[in-house]
Amino acid sequence: MKFGIVVNEGPYTHQAADTAYQFTKAVLEKGHEVYRVFFYHDGVNVGTRMTVPPQDERHIQRNWSELGEKYKLDMVVCIAAAQRRGIMDENEAKRQGLDGDNIAPGFRISGLGQLIEAGIQADRLVTFGD
Amino acid sequence: MSDIPEEASGIVKKFLYVNRKAPHGTIYALESLEVVLIGAAFEQDVSLAFLDDGVFQLVKGQDTADIGVKNFSPTYRALGDFEVTKLYVEKESLAERGLSKDDLMEIMYEDEDDDWEEKPSIKLVNRTELAAVMAGQDVILSF
Repeated sequence: MKFGIVVNEGPYTHQAADTAYQFTKAVLEKGHEVYRVFFYHDGVNVGTRMTVPPQDERHIQRNWSELGEKYKLDMVVCIAAAQRRGIMDENEAKRQGLDGDNIAPGFRISGLGQLIEAGIQADRLVTFGD
Repeated sequence: MSDIPEEASGIVKKFLYVNRKAPHGTIYALESLEVVLIGAAFEQDVSLAFLDDGVFQLVKGQDTADIGVKNFSPTYRALGDFEVTKLYVEKESLAERGLSKDDLMEIMYEDEDDDWEEKPSIKLVNRTELAAVMAGQDVILSF
């Protein structure tokens, strides 16, 4: 089956990013396809590489980046939500005249159309959030 | 929109956006509306549901000046222009909050299949009817 995954809550504050990660990993290990993972609302905060959790805690961003690398996942951070919350890639930082970017490896910034498209293309769109 | 994919054209699914949060206090309502507006470009079969505190999103006469945030409630009245014409509001959620249909904005659309007659977009439904609406969807996005 082809899944679309939506992550709507921020890392560490809320379980959603963890549960979405476990679910995504599980379906991939079962041989299913993940069409796209879309990060929205505070979920965009998963996509900053500036995250440094205590060493005895899980590293949510790194978990996602490694999963994305292993399975060549399309991990999209919503641009509108990202701009509100200070998640920038190199191009966007330059365009906004900012002094740096923070997007994590394996993530890309794009529009909300990517969420709708995931809904259209996936057999199941699964949302993780409140 | 530049991010409308070619390969998605032709597929029409039933999309339901479920709005469960008050318009202000959290960003869910605003960012839900942003998805609805972008999604309208994809020509899908779109419905919106308002339940729990989400019914407050449609209350008329909202004034946010004193809390310093944008009042985006007029946008709901423009949804008809985006061919978003099915707004289901749960009766029980209204009643539990002391609200009635008269407290909600008048939201109309022009029915292209009926000589562009103006019709109300808001449909009051009870919990059982809303469950049936949900069961009939392909994609549900809950905010």
